[in-house]
Amino acid sequence: MSERSEAGGVRTAPAIELIGATKRFRTPSGALHTAVRDLDLTVAQGEFVAVVGPTGCGKSTTLTLVSGLEEPTEGDVRVYGEPVRGIGAEVGFVFQQDAVFPWRTVLSNVMAGPRFRGVPAAEARERARDWLGRVGLAAFEDRYPHQLSGGMRKRVALAQTFVNDPTILLMDEPFSALDVQTRALMSDQLLELWAGTSSSRNAASVVFVTHDLDEAIALADRVVVMTAGPATVKEIFTVDLPRPRTVEAVRLEPRFVELYREIWASLGEEVRITRERGAGRAA
Amino acid sequence: MPLETAPAAGTAAVISRTEARQRASRNRKLSVYAARAAVLVGFLGLWEACARGGVIDPFNFSQPSKIWDQIWQWTTHGTAQGSLGEQIGYTLYEALAGWVVGVIGGVLLGITLGRIRFLADVFGPYIKVLNAIPRIVLAPIFLIWFGLGPASKVASAVVLVFFPVFFNAFQGAREVDRNLVSNARILGASNRKVTLQVVIPAATTWIFTSLHVSFGFALIGAIVGEYIGATKGLGLLVAAAQGTFNAAGVYAAMTILAVVALLTEGLLTFAEKKLFRWKPADAGDGR
Repeated sequence: MSERSEAGGVRTAPAIELIGATKRFRTPSGALHTAVRDLDLTVAQGEFVAVVGPTGCGKSTTLTLVSGLEEPTEGDVRVYGEPVRGIGAEVGFVFQQDAVFPWRTVLSNVMAGPRFRGVPAAEARERARDWLGRVGLAAFEDRYPHQLSGGMRKRVALAQTFVNDPTILLMDEPFSALDVQTRALMSDQLLELWAGTSSSRNAASVVFVTHDLDEAIALADRVVVMTAGPATVKEIFTVDLPRPRTVEAVRLEPRFVELYREIWASLGEEVRITRERGAGRAA
Repeated sequence: MPLETAPAAGTAAVISRTEARQRASRNRKLSVYAARAAVLVGFLGLWEACARGGVIDPFNFSQPSKIWDQIWQWTTHGTAQGSLGEQIGYTLYEALAGWVVGVIGGVLLGITLGRIRFLADVFGPYIKVLNAIPRIVLAPIFLIWFGLGPASKVASAVVLVFFPVFFNAFQGAREVDRNLVSNARILGASNRKVTLQVVIPAATTWIFTSLHVSFGFALIGAIVGEYIGATKGLGLLVAAAQGTFNAAGVYAAMTILAVVALLTEGLLTFAEKKLFRWKPADAGDGR
């Protein structure tokens, strides 16, 4: 079943495949809640895919399935053609909330990944310093997270993730807690870091969950619109804007506005359904 | 001219204002200390005056001057059981030994049960039952088991210390931010590393709050144990003074205990500050 070519190390299979994936949770009250239903999605190697959908529709669950943190109830999840069993070494995950360790310094936080994976301390420190430099935090390595701003903490989280050289990068609304200006800067920085990985051995494939359509179009090669929960793929749009992009500039292009209108027509409908359901429940 | 003088005057005003503010905060601090001292002096003075004036019976309630005489006599001439330092030493040793054993046991078991759900489900009800027993009644049993020496006091300190520490460690291990655990696992941490490097550091805040309370419990355990039956210790001083209707002796022993407890509390706070450098200072007791 494996399509991985053993000899050359060249991966021919798509980076991520979800085939009829369904995830049900048992809620504390005992009822079954379907978060994701019959989801089909393929992400090619080196591709940047943004996933948009109404709030609470199950976008984050999709990421936890790919990461191996959760197993699908039904269906298949494959990474490089092989079924996901547990957390793979090639996976990086940037969380919505702060997930840096508050009792570790910035440097120690970035060293955590390599150290967990058994890299000697000196080498881990060197790699961590390198990544801290790339995200512009070299001068802050001795600080504790609470001494940093929200944007800086997010950069620590990025460095912490990238230092492991992930080729599957999962991002769960990573910038949603930041203010608008910081968010634009962080998006540009992310594009830069991602472009940096493509020059090395394996380009990283990104799945970026967001509720911000602007962000989705500015960053991604393809935008996946999810239905109101339980989540499944509604429509996929290809973003044919040239790279390299900068978020602020790309937003002004006529093609961007056109795409925004098209995708919003699809997404808006789902948002309306979610809102009506919420209103119905409240009434 | 006016353009040049205006900013200069401005900075001067700013400097004097910050100075004034600093002076005001210093004065406020001083007045708080002064008021505290006044409350103590007033209380002791009133007590002394009432005892001398015959409002309260000094035989039952004693009086500060007699208590001081008693402490002084114990310090200079020693107690009936030996020097005062020896008694304090015994009590502290018993409390500390009981505290250390109780804390280690509580933390280990709390973290283990907090991490392993199966064990928590199995042992949960038993621990609740044990916790429901008023554990101070175990002191006489320990006296029978372990004799008059320090061992029986250590044992009663251990049972008093164990439960609050255990419950806090358990809660701390249970309530670790799930994002932190997920993040550590994604970054490549094994189960063991998650426990050692994520769960334990995250639970230290919880554990430390219980350490403060539980050292007080350890002292109670040691004192009650000594009070019931011992050959040395502050609790024995209380019991002996009570036996000879020496109210001043009881109060003197209590005063010494309070000072000892305050000093150890101060040491703990100091250690906590060193350990929690990573926490924002203002959120110290909020979280």
